[in-house]
Amino acid sequence: MSIRIHFEEELENLKKQIQELALDAKESLDEAIRVLYKGDVEAAKKVIENDTLMDRKEEKVNDDAILMLAKQQPVASDLRRIIIAIKISSDLERMADHSTNIAKATIHLGEHHGIDVDPELREMGVIAMDMVDLAMKAFEYEDISLAKKLAEMDDQIDRRYGMVVKEMLELTAINPEQIQHIMQMAYVARYIERFADHITNIGESIFYLVKGKTYDLNK
Amino acid sequence: MSEVMVKKKNNTVNKASKREENSFGLQKEKANHIIEVNDLNLWYGSDQALYEVNMDVPEKQVTAIIGPSGCGKSTFLKTLNRMVEMVPVVKTSGSIKYRDQEIFNRKYKQEYLRTKVGMVFQKPNPFPKSVYDNVAYGPRIHGIKKKEILDQIVEKSLKGAAIWDELKDRLHENAYGLSGGQQQRVCIARALAVEPDVILMDEPTSALDPISTAKVEELVQELKEKYSIIIVTHNMQQAARISDKTAFFLNGELIEFADTDHLFQNPQDKRTEDYITGRFG
Repeated sequence: MSIRIHFEEELENLKKQIQELALDAKESLDEAIRVLYKGDVEAAKKVIENDTLMDRKEEKVNDDAILMLAKQQPVASDLRRIIIAIKISSDLERMADHSTNIAKATIHLGEHHGIDVDPELREMGVIAMDMVDLAMKAFEYEDISLAKKLAEMDDQIDRRYGMVVKEMLELTAINPEQIQHIMQMAYVARYIERFADHITNIGESIFYLVKGKTYDLNK
Repeated sequence: MSEVMVKKKNNTVNKASKREENSFGLQKEKANHIIEVNDLNLWYGSDQALYEVNMDVPEKQVTAIIGPSGCGKSTFLKTLNRMVEMVPVVKTSGSIKYRDQEIFNRKYKQEYLRTKVGMVFQKPNPFPKSVYDNVAYGPRIHGIKKKEILDQIVEKSLKGAAIWDELKDRLHENAYGLSGGQQQRVCIARALAVEPDVILMDEPTSALDPISTAKVEELVQELKEKYSIIIVTHNMQQAARISDKTAFFLNGELIEFADTDHLFQNPQDKRTEDYITGRFG
């Protein structure tokens, strides 16, 4: 039975904040992609607005973590738990920024851009959202075998990203007048790919928490 | 892996000396060992206080000993200069070598050992004499009478204990009139005056305020250039700040002995982790 009940509660609270941020990041991507396919400029603006809330939540995680470092002077796994909270919250915040970028692309494209959104982008989004779920499961149970799977899923995203870029290039040859719009689609693919990279970083943080050593899952 | 897991009653103990690697798995220059402890057991009457302790103390480094009250860390410290034998019912088995000489050997001179392996205690314990006489006490016992030599020793020792500048004009004041932190540094100067090799410190800052504690901690860092220091402390952050190696004792056993950086970041034994994270309950 632990004798540091208050500290345990603070750690648990930090964990909950991270899980909440992860849910927000996932929902932001889901919404950004939905809005992209609908071409809904107003809803895209809402995605951008929500990003400010996430920034605040990330600041709260950092403030709480810094206070815990100062007050509790943690060592060993406690120290790693707090350090990764800071790192993971930063990754989640960056992920939400990529959702915002997708929303901005939707605004750029406007409501009547006249080209079909590549279905591959939706597929990439689905995998990225599955990755968030898996990362949070790995985080909850401190399970590095799950964290490892993130690297495999990230590889799938990278392959699909390569295909999308190739398709877009071909499309520019056929529709040179649509180049601005096609470029925006390629950017979206890039944003999803970067979104997934940050989830892989979360996997690395979980490795560090469990093993006390740094791992590169992006290799 | 740099961690050294220590197994109770097991002769195949992996010692620090045999596996000196840093956290990147690279070989480091092997440290010389000033004290080598092998299979040390100790009993107070019929109660066993230390079990099969194996530990090599590196030369000119700071070795911290941590563990809960009653774990045997102070007993272990006092065994290193045989001070523990002042308790009449104490029995020991095993071996402690200081500079390759067995200190439990009957022919080994205790006076020599206690000169070379000095000790600083938890509560500053100056003699009710002047600062000068406190520091000159040991050298006088060793037969040094010439004032100019004693003057030199007192100055050198007080400088070594980083308190010369504060006390050079108060050398003939009674040491009792000094602050706790100053008294403790005078006691360190007193230990230095007989030119020791190893300094044992038993919770030397637990009775001091944070400023005095910081001064003693700084001093320990300076002293390790010339001396090997073994410090028992209840202050985990102090062990993390000032020591090169840390030993964790529990119920008379040495549980883990590793590089301090590693032990506080990623201890290998769950019991060490539970203790340093404050989860012993």
